[in-house]
Amino acid sequence: MKLATFFASFAALIGSALPAAAQSFDERINQIFADYTGWYVGFIFAPLPGTNFSWIALWLVVGALVFTFYFGFIQFKGFWHSIRLVKGDYSDPNDAGEVSHFQALATALSGTVGLGNIAGVAVAVSIGGPGATFWMVIAGLFGMATKFTECTLGVKYRNEYQDGTVSGGPMYYITKGFKERGLPGGPILAVLFCIFTILGALGGGNMFQANQAHAQLAGVLGDYPGWITGLAIAGVTFAVIVGGIKSIARVTEKVVPFMGVFYVIVSVIILLMNIDMIGWAFGQIFAGAFTGLGVAGGFTGALIQGFRRAAFSNEAGIGSAAIAHSAVRTKEPVTEGYVALLEPFIDTVVICTMTALVIVITGVLNFDAETGLYVWNAELGRIGTDGDVTGVQLTSAAYAQAFSWFPVLLAVAVVLFAFSTMISWSYYGLKAWTYLFGEGAAKEIVFKVIFCLFIVIGASANLGPVIDFSDAMLFSMAIVNIIALYLLMPIVRGELSSYVERLRSGQIMRYKD
Amino acid sequence: MTQETYVVAHEDAEGHDVLDYAAAQAAKSGAKLHILHVLEWSPYSFLTPQEIEERHARRRAEMERAQEHIIDPAVKRAEAAGVSAEGEIRYGAVVETIVDRAEKIGASMIFVGRAGGNSFSARVFGSVPLGLAQAASIPTVIVP
Repeated sequence: MKLATFFASFAALIGSALPAAAQSFDERINQIFADYTGWYVGFIFAPLPGTNFSWIALWLVVGALVFTFYFGFIQFKGFWHSIRLVKGDYSDPNDAGEVSHFQALATALSGTVGLGNIAGVAVAVSIGGPGATFWMVIAGLFGMATKFTECTLGVKYRNEYQDGTVSGGPMYYITKGFKERGLPGGPILAVLFCIFTILGALGGGNMFQANQAHAQLAGVLGDYPGWITGLAIAGVTFAVIVGGIKSIARVTEKVVPFMGVFYVIVSVIILLMNIDMIGWAFGQIFAGAFTGLGVAGGFTGALIQGFRRAAFSNEAGIGSAAIAHSAVRTKEPVTEGYVALLEPFIDTVVICTMTALVIVITGVLNFDAETGLYVWNAELGRIGTDGDVTGVQLTSAAYAQAFSWFPVLLAVAVVLFAFSTMISWSYYGLKAWTYLFGEGAAKEIVFKVIFCLFIVIGASANLGPVIDFSDAMLFSMAIVNIIALYLLMPIVRGELSSYVERLRSGQIMRYKD
Repeated sequence: MTQETYVVAHEDAEGHDVLDYAAAQAAKSGAKLHILHVLEWSPYSFLTPQEIEERHARRRAEMERAQEHIIDPAVKRAEAAGVSAEGEIRYGAVVETIVDRAEKIGASMIFVGRAGGNSFSARVFGSVPLGLAQAASIPTVIVP
């Protein structure tokens, strides 16, 4: 079995993990990774016959478009209502002390805002060119409707227990919703979703984060073996999720939102410093979106990279947000859908776009002024950059053009973002785990320990196999989740029309003006 | 004339001074007491997914504890002093919530203890009695 092999190698290597042996440790992990996950990654990202457009990207985009039309452009029509809900205008003061819409949104966001916004965008722009930004924004805007759908269902079909706690997410709406509509296959799909969620939690929600956190620390502190970072982060994570040391988690949860806001402010300042270049940058983005500007893969290359990164970053359609939002106490499931649709907007349309704009505007991507095209590095399969960096290092280099101290701050931010994303995903993974194996302290500990071990593995492996595997797992969740969303969307429509009607008739009151 | 209501901002189980003073005043004027305990809460604070899941259960436990250890003994104490009294527990920003509740129930006076006014955080962020002195729309008595 795959996992058993992982652990056997891991145990054998950890015993001899002296600094001198560290390089071979990293390499062995990589090899195991590529050998055991390569075939599945190949399947998930297989192109449609005769094109280089992967079927999974089409799957997500078609889903987002279907939900957008089915709910009558809810993300635009309902945008201000979403803001009012988050402000608490519709919150009953008697419910004070319960989780507010703002808190639900902030917590869900701290799970999604992270490396996708910093590292992922840099990868997308360096492979797909500036045009990838355009498609990323488009995918973000449509993805808002997907989030609306999944989070409404998440609240509607959650389990509420005697002690007042709740469990929810796609596995619950798949089983209960399918049963309600008389559809077959609910239990099987739910189990499948949980397996993918556990692997996605260990991949995108864990190893990718650990990997990029290490890359950033190594960039600032000088190169050193990944397992050192891995052990350190695993230790802190262990203290939080197993030891229940909430103070660490609480500090992170407080610092992360400020980091996010600060990141946007710094981005805006850099854009203002280069205000004369903004027109040019937008020109590059629009031209690149439709022509590719000489980037290999051209228009579709930009499109695929943009869509892929948007999906990876804002997680619309993946189903993770439905788990996070379902714990909120609200009488109207639709209100949580409204609130959740702001996530792709903040995550992708605002934060990802900032990163992309800064990378384009600071000129860290090598540009040939004579031909008006980017300099393609065929060997690396991306646009050439000084020092041939990508991912976090590229973003770091772009921001360093304006502020030399930024890489240090970014290193701190990346580690914190990575950490908060890991905490969120350990929760999503745990919910899937307990759905499969039942609740119970011993069972939960098993998952939490596995989760911490994967942090070490993630920090040790190089970027390629890890990022591919994590993408593949997250997209697998989306396959199951979007099938369920199609089958259950009439239920959401029923909820929505009832809510809108009561809102119009004044039955649902505003408590604040 | 309808019976007047005095709001007593009741911070903790030890804060008898303000309660006894308010009860004595209420007994003289024939007013009734509305004993209010506010649990500091902001809808804009940040929680982990785990805390969100447990929030409802925890809120219930907090309310029960406050009822049992703070409100019930206080109401009993006031009644023993011969004053009719009712208790209430609210979540929110303390000063704002006291002012808001006092207005809603049409209270004619607020009683608050001075306790805690000398701590470091009170010096930096302002204490409840100082906040009430500034924000209350009805006469407020600060009991030393």
